[in-house]
Amino acid sequence: MILDLPRFIETERSYWMELDRMTAKIESEAAYRMGIAELQRFHYLYERCSADLAKMATFSAEAEVQEHLGSIVARAYGEIHSTPARPKNVRPLRWLFYVFPRTFRCHVRLFWLAMAITVFGASFGAFALLTDPDAKTVLMPFSALEGSPADRVAQEESGKNNRLAGQHATFAAYLMQNNIRVSIMTLTFGVTWGAGTTIVLFSNGVGLGAVSADYVHAGQSKFLLGWLLPHGVIEIPAILIAGQAGFLLGGAMIGWGRRGTRRERLRSISGDLITLTVGVAVMLVWAGLVESFLSQYHKPVLPYELKIGFGLVEAILLTLFLGLAGIGDSAGSKSE
Amino acid sequence: MTLRNRTIEIETSEGVTFSLLLAALPSRFLAWTIDACVILGVSNLVGRSLALIGFIGFDLVQAVNLFFYFAVSIGYAIALEWLWRGQTLGKRLLRLRVMDRQGLHLRFSQVAIRNLMRAVDALPVFYMVGGMACLLSRDAKRLGDLAADTIVVRHPKLPHPDLAQLLEGKFNSMLRHPHLAARLRQRAPVEAAAIAIQALVRRDQFDPAARVEVFGEIAAYFRSLVEFPEESVAQLTGEQFVRNAVEILAGRTRSSARPDAAVPTGNAPA
Repeated sequence: MILDLPRFIETERSYWMELDRMTAKIESEAAYRMGIAELQRFHYLYERCSADLAKMATFSAEAEVQEHLGSIVARAYGEIHSTPARPKNVRPLRWLFYVFPRTFRCHVRLFWLAMAITVFGASFGAFALLTDPDAKTVLMPFSALEGSPADRVAQEESGKNNRLAGQHATFAAYLMQNNIRVSIMTLTFGVTWGAGTTIVLFSNGVGLGAVSADYVHAGQSKFLLGWLLPHGVIEIPAILIAGQAGFLLGGAMIGWGRRGTRRERLRSISGDLITLTVGVAVMLVWAGLVESFLSQYHKPVLPYELKIGFGLVEAILLTLFLGLAGIGDSAGSKSE
Repeated sequence: MTLRNRTIEIETSEGVTFSLLLAALPSRFLAWTIDACVILGVSNLVGRSLALIGFIGFDLVQAVNLFFYFAVSIGYAIALEWLWRGQTLGKRLLRLRVMDRQGLHLRFSQVAIRNLMRAVDALPVFYMVGGMACLLSRDAKRLGDLAADTIVVRHPKLPHPDLAQLLEGKFNSMLRHPHLAARLRQRAPVEAAAIAIQALVRRDQFDPAARVEVFGEIAAYFRSLVEFPEESVAQLTGEQFVRNAVEILAGRTRSSARPDAAVPTGNAPA
């Protein structure tokens, strides 16, 4: 016995077309919201068409009509079974001062892991440079740093080397986009079960350690602090938070000691990943501005004490922000 | 499941199963190429427009250009896939759509993660990592799709089934013999009925000669199952015979046929 297809189609086709029209309207108009009556009708049509599809799959082998109805039901299914995805109101300040720091603290152990790997890389970089000065060309992150620290300090302090004159904004934009790109790489490499994130963090640490050791060994510690602290106290933690997000992703891929499938684990962390990523981007925009407009000026234009003091104040504020902001706010959810 | 036409089946809580056609690698690459051109075009346009504004210094113009290109290259797909429910301009043109793996709405975090993951998927050049992942993955997922639990499906433009071929209610001379009609219903397998319905629905897609041949073969098969009196079927073409047989197999009885009709069923002779 097969379905009386002609009669069946004759009866049901108007419902299929109505569901198709309603779904198309929802899809094409992002701001469209249905009233209660429309919702009830939409739900009724979806259930009716689903039942029709089941009936056709059971009693009729008419593939073309079935495929057509299937595509209508598939589109409506997504609308019916999803919770509203759009937040009713976006509150960026609340997100910045409550959600981001709470999310950071929620996964703070991964931040310490990122920091430990970076410190290990820095120690390795410093050790390698001090024991084998010829390795400088390999260890330094930029070729401009391969020369003598003393020569560079003398040149910077002479004031003859204002290479950024008239290019501060461009340089700031370059730094922002470059650092955000590196952060995104650090995060996304977490998909390699955390191995890629580990390599990026270690590599950053090696460069940082080598530069620091080079300047300290040359007796230019004050210059180094004045140069790196103003932007580094924001930039380095930002990269570490990107590493934290990378390990969060890697942890979800591995799933040690956690229930659920990989898909469920990834779903559960997706909101936190985005929160950490956006937080890192905000931090790096600030760091880029500081590096371009402040860090590149040295004595006698800006005394080192002032720059170091500025960096220390930033470090204290950042620590307070990440450690305390959002505490006691019970309504502040930690993700989107 | 072939590489060209991979599908994914989703079973709803109502117990209904439907399948989605996964987008093939070439169409995804083409959509990305279109999007890349759009990004370049928009960035270029903004850069040229800013340069025309005299009072903004060259430094600031350069900075805005640089950062704008970066923001657009990352934000373009995130914004459009979020606003257009899983589609960018390239995807829309090629009828592709990003969907949640379970057929549900995309959440913002999913859209953002799958697009941020392009940083890895694009390595080393031209999305080689992502392409390899797509080829190796059962659901054609690049790493971004894997992390965000999304799939990219293709909604081909389905031609509306030609239901007129099925819905025509013409006189069925074979229904004058209810006992023979009942015997046909009893003997004809479901598969044969399905083939006959398919042939009717796709009638207009056949060449005239092929149509005569196809319907002739199907009619001969039904004739071999039950022999109707000659006076009832002598004037029928193969197509008319098949149409009448389908009506009988669908459970129509004499009361639902049009007894007043004087001409045999069918379209113009094929």
